[in-house]
Amino acid sequence: MSATVLRMSDVHLRRGARQILTGVSFEVGRGELVALMGPSGSGKTTVLRAIAALEPFHRGRIAIDDVTLDGGSPASNETLRRLRRKVGMVFQFHCLFEHMSAMKNVCLAPVHVHGVSQADALKRGRELLSALGVEHRADALPRELSGGEAQRVAIARALAVDPQLLLMDEPTASLDPDRREELGRRLRALLADGRTLVVSTHDEEFARHFATRIVRLQSGVVAGG
Amino acid sequence: MSIKGAASGARHVRFNVFRVTLALVVMAGARVATAAQPPQELVWAGDSEGGAPYVEADPTRPDRVVGFEVEIADLLARGLGRTPRFINITFSSLVQSIARGDADLGLNGIEDTPANRAALATTVPYYKFREVLSVRASDTQTYRTLADLRGRRVGTLGGTVAYEILLGAAREYGVQPVSFEDDTHPYTDLVVGRVDAVLLDNILAERMLKKVGGFAIQPDSVAVGHYVGVLAPANVPLRARIDELLRAAMRDGSLERILRTWNIWNADQPELHRQVLAGEIIPPTVGLDTAPSVTTMSGFEAARRYLPSLLRASMITIVLSCLSMGLAVAVGVLIATGRVYGNRVVRAALTGYVELMRGTPILLQLFVLYYGIAAAIRLPAFVAALLGLALNYAAYESEIYRSALEAIATGQLEAARTLGLTERQVLTLVRGPQALRLALAPMTNDFVALLKDSSLVSVLTVLELTKQTQIFATNLGSWVIPGALCAGLYLLMSLPVSMLARRLEQRWKAPTE
Repeated sequence: MSATVLRMSDVHLRRGARQILTGVSFEVGRGELVALMGPSGSGKTTVLRAIAALEPFHRGRIAIDDVTLDGGSPASNETLRRLRRKVGMVFQFHCLFEHMSAMKNVCLAPVHVHGVSQADALKRGRELLSALGVEHRADALPRELSGGEAQRVAIARALAVDPQLLLMDEPTASLDPDRREELGRRLRALLADGRTLVVSTHDEEFARHFATRIVRLQSGVVAGG
Repeated sequence: MSIKGAASGARHVRFNVFRVTLALVVMAGARVATAAQPPQELVWAGDSEGGAPYVEADPTRPDRVVGFEVEIADLLARGLGRTPRFINITFSSLVQSIARGDADLGLNGIEDTPANRAALATTVPYYKFREVLSVRASDTQTYRTLADLRGRRVGTLGGTVAYEILLGAAREYGVQPVSFEDDTHPYTDLVVGRVDAVLLDNILAERMLKKVGGFAIQPDSVAVGHYVGVLAPANVPLRARIDELLRAAMRDGSLERILRTWNIWNADQPELHRQVLAGEIIPPTVGLDTAPSVTTMSGFEAARRYLPSLLRASMITIVLSCLSMGLAVAVGVLIATGRVYGNRVVRAALTGYVELMRGTPILLQLFVLYYGIAAAIRLPAFVAALLGLALNYAAYESEIYRSALEAIATGQLEAARTLGLTERQVLTLVRGPQALRLALAPMTNDFVALLKDSSLVSVLTVLELTKQTQIFATNLGSWVIPGALCAGLYLLMSLPVSMLARRLEQRWKAPTE
């Protein structure tokens, strides 16, 4: 394993009285595509949300490169700011901004968070959409996109800020077999660019074909690889 | 049931049928008898809010009214062999209410004007009054007559001869007429400096001088007029009997006794009594307005003459509504943001504000803002109106925005956060713009509602479209043409707003570029 990008150590997370994660530990090295697998309710999505700092956990530690989140203490704004540069996330239901065109969805963060000029952001946006095969949908609103198109726009939006680590929640859930194949190839291509991916999925075949490694969760703990 | 029981039951039914039939016959008989006999009551109307010495609630027994007009009504009812019964009707609607037959007689300092003579059956005059100018004590040398009041605000009661005189003076001397809904606030506004003079009947001026003070009444009167009783136009026979009773009361001194009891007997009255008893023709009071009276005009001419002032009033309505809505939206956004993002104290305070503004009448809020706090902050009428409408509507707007903000899916907000947007950027770039699209339709509704609610600010002397229409209708003695023009103007103002909203909605549905 090359340099470690993500290290989860003994992460415990509960919602109210319910224990969701009970000591999750695993590592992901640079250039890996890790498939996070397990039955429904095993904590796959929660692991991704904890890494993206969308949900606080009460024990353990998550380190992404040189940024660390500690269980039980809220992350500082500075930590969050640095984390957001390193971690991108693609949601299961895409969560594109409904009032903006595909291109504007992609350019929002570069322009407003990273101070990229409008022209540069547009240029980069076009490259990303084109690489994902949806440049012809640049001006469409999210509700006008098919499920597969919306997913690719969501990937482009996450990649626009150039994160080292890309998290994807159930990316194959709404895709037919051909689309699934295509997505797998595109994700492998991202690895070639030096990115690291953690993908939660139910799809055993997809994981076997495209993941470099599988991490299995069972009832909130890692059950094996 | 036994056979015996059944028989007795049947008897019972027969007996009851007999009783009901008997009762119906008796009632029908009573009805016929009532129709044949003259009515038992003299229903007369006034506005007890106007107060003493005309008609006011008895301070010792608030369910009873007292005043010189109450005693005149008693006198007339006695003469007619009827029982007097008072009903309260707002002064500004009194004439129209009598015309449609809500009461037999209207008696409330109603002026003998050409419009009233045209729209109603008027009695002989029972009191002669003078229109007098009141000014602050320090201004007695500066403002002696209307001509001295160029560019100054002069208040009076709307829909009166005094108001018509001020309209004439506006044309002639450039005074600014200010129309009030009642006869107390012109004087309190005079004392605090919102108006520079008040033109009203001497009885009112003298009463308010005792009650409020702080101003002086100029000795020279601007005009003279008479109070008359008014009846529905078809009620001429009753009018003739009332005229006879009034003349008798002048002859035998009973009217003088009543007026003396209320301290309003003066040197003008014997002259009036002499004229009435001699059968002299007493002309109606006309304001300084020398243009032909609207009552003799065709509807078309009247509409043409009043349209410019209605258009001016529409401008007030539209400017007031737009500014109030703008402010209401801004304040509403702040309240909604505070309620969604604020801490517990902020949320509780803002919830309290919203409940207070939604839970109390806007009319009350306007009164408090204009008159209630006048001792501390003297807001100009337009500013008070603007603030009153805006602060009230802000509460409603904030509820729309709050629910719109809360309707934006959490996923959208999380997606924005993972991209590195700050909470403020999430609000201004992602959550706010989407909430605005959701809020557009209810906001349009509210704006149209506000356009119409702006008519309430006439209670603060702001002369907007509905008030101007009411003045027009009072002068004309009819609501048909003024009502149609007013409705047309409101529609002209509200329809473009609805159309603009529809267009925006369509544009937001379509691809952006």
